[in-house]
Amino acid sequence: MWTFIHKMGSPPWFFRFSGTVVKWLLPLTLVLLAVGAAWGLLVAPPDFRQGNSYRIIYIHVPAAVVALAGYYVMAFAGAVSLIWRIKMADVTMRAAAPVGAVLTAVALVTGAIWGKPTWGTWWVWDARITSMLILLFLYLGVVALFEAYENKTAAARACAVLSLVGTVNIPIIYKSVDWWYSLHQPASIKFTGESAIDSSMLYPLLLMIAAFYCLFAVTVLLNMRAELVWSHRESGWLQQLVRKA
Amino acid sequence: MATAAGAKGLMYFDSLTALWHMDGHGFYVWLAYALTFLPVAVMVWLPVRRQREHWRWIAAEQRRADSVQPGVTDK
Amino acid sequence: MSADVPLLSLRAAFARQFLRHFKALMSSPADMANPLLFFFMVVTLFPLGLGPDPERLSTMAPGILWVVALLSSLMVSSKLFASDYEDGSLEQLAIAPYPLSVLVLGEVTAHWLATGFLLAVVSPLFGVMLGLPQHGLGVLCYSLLLGTVCLTLIGAMGSALTVSIRRGGLLMSLLIIPLNVPVLIFGTTAVSEAIIGGNPSTWLALLGGLAMGSLALVPLAISAALRVSLDN
Repeated sequence: MWTFIHKMGSPPWFFRFSGTVVKWLLPLTLVLLAVGAAWGLLVAPPDFRQGNSYRIIYIHVPAAVVALAGYYVMAFAGAVSLIWRIKMADVTMRAAAPVGAVLTAVALVTGAIWGKPTWGTWWVWDARITSMLILLFLYLGVVALFEAYENKTAAARACAVLSLVGTVNIPIIYKSVDWWYSLHQPASIKFTGESAIDSSMLYPLLLMIAAFYCLFAVTVLLNMRAELVWSHRESGWLQQLVRKA
Repeated sequence: MATAAGAKGLMYFDSLTALWHMDGHGFYVWLAYALTFLPVAVMVWLPVRRQREHWRWIAAEQRRADSVQPGVTDK
Repeated sequence: MSADVPLLSLRAAFARQFLRHFKALMSSPADMANPLLFFFMVVTLFPLGLGPDPERLSTMAPGILWVVALLSSLMVSSKLFASDYEDGSLEQLAIAPYPLSVLVLGEVTAHWLATGFLLAVVSPLFGVMLGLPQHGLGVLCYSLLLGTVCLTLIGAMGSALTVSIRRGGLLMSLLIIPLNVPVLIFGTTAVSEAIIGGNPSTWLALLGGLAMGSLALVPLAISAALRVSLDN
């Protein structure tokens, strides 16, 4: 396994490997997304309390889950780049940041849209949405920090430090927001009640979560490949690849 | 149409109009799905286009360099 | 270096950094008073903005005081490493034969005493201005004492990350505001609990935990960030 990871550190090897992966992962992602969305929109029965608006769960929850996981991927890549000075890990971290940010924004927007028919307002300061908002700020901070630095190698290291600190903070933030919300919650309704979910609704949800994970992976790989083709445009291995095509 | 009819046995909704309306929640559901899949599509498309542009750029550079001196860009 | 300078113990190195910065901060009392004045004036804005109703103000007081404390901390943090970076002493620190995190801790401690600690000590005055009940004032002070330790450390890390960027102050605020959310929540909840007659000790304990954890870990992040900034 270590030889595999070592090989991934070499751009030509990674480029070839990722090319093969993307070739099947991209169609798979599209299929999973289509099937999952169709299942959730068309086939699954409506919720007893919320009616049909609950179908937003099939995009809101997967986006939120993957957005959070994506931050850890980004921070882990940053850590690898800081500790072992592997440049490919830098590329991974920078490829993951915008994807995570977009998915967090999607989770927030879909959450707000879901809130309108359910609770009557476009925005509600419940624990999950508030935590998602802070996660968005954390992502945007990493992106902004990278743009602000002139020396891009130093920029990558700065982002690695920031996202590592963020990683340690995220569980604390989520927990504190959770407590904050449960303390200030109006006595009547529990906004984010976790009722047991029926299997007819659970399976499409799991499928969509898997689809979004694949989406994250494939987008990060595509971002990395685009970056490599530019940053290595002078190197022999890429020149030969272009010639052969 | 045929697929919709075929899926009617599977589908919860009685008709396409019912699917569009979603008992009054249609606006929200379809808005949310659109605001998800549009950014997702853009997010996947942008790097694909970027890589293709860079690829073409390198090929053009090779052609340009070849016209001066063949094979000089290979190392 | 021609002369052989004997290596100081870690404690002595820490003390030297601490004293140097503490003396520098003490020598300009105006610099210490400014954040307090800021705190004073912004606290005054809230009754002006929200209306003078004492009951409403007193319910909002914990939140207002803590948010303003956070903003004051942001303000002073942005200047933390700036002068060191400009005159080159930061580079000297980085190549010094002592762990950078220890040296940084010395500087940050001096900074905290001159800013966060002072703020916590005078906070009961502002609490009274906002109608905070008497039994909440002590908890306010404790919560700020513990909380400003975290705020100063995280602020220092933000400053370290952005010191090499022109006009990095605003970016610094954007970076560390999300990281300060837990401190804010625990601090305000401690005071709110004290006001309604509940037990604030869980929240104070959480604040204490955050403070200890920050003391242990954040200096490492600060020194890593300083080294990155020096490379920019």
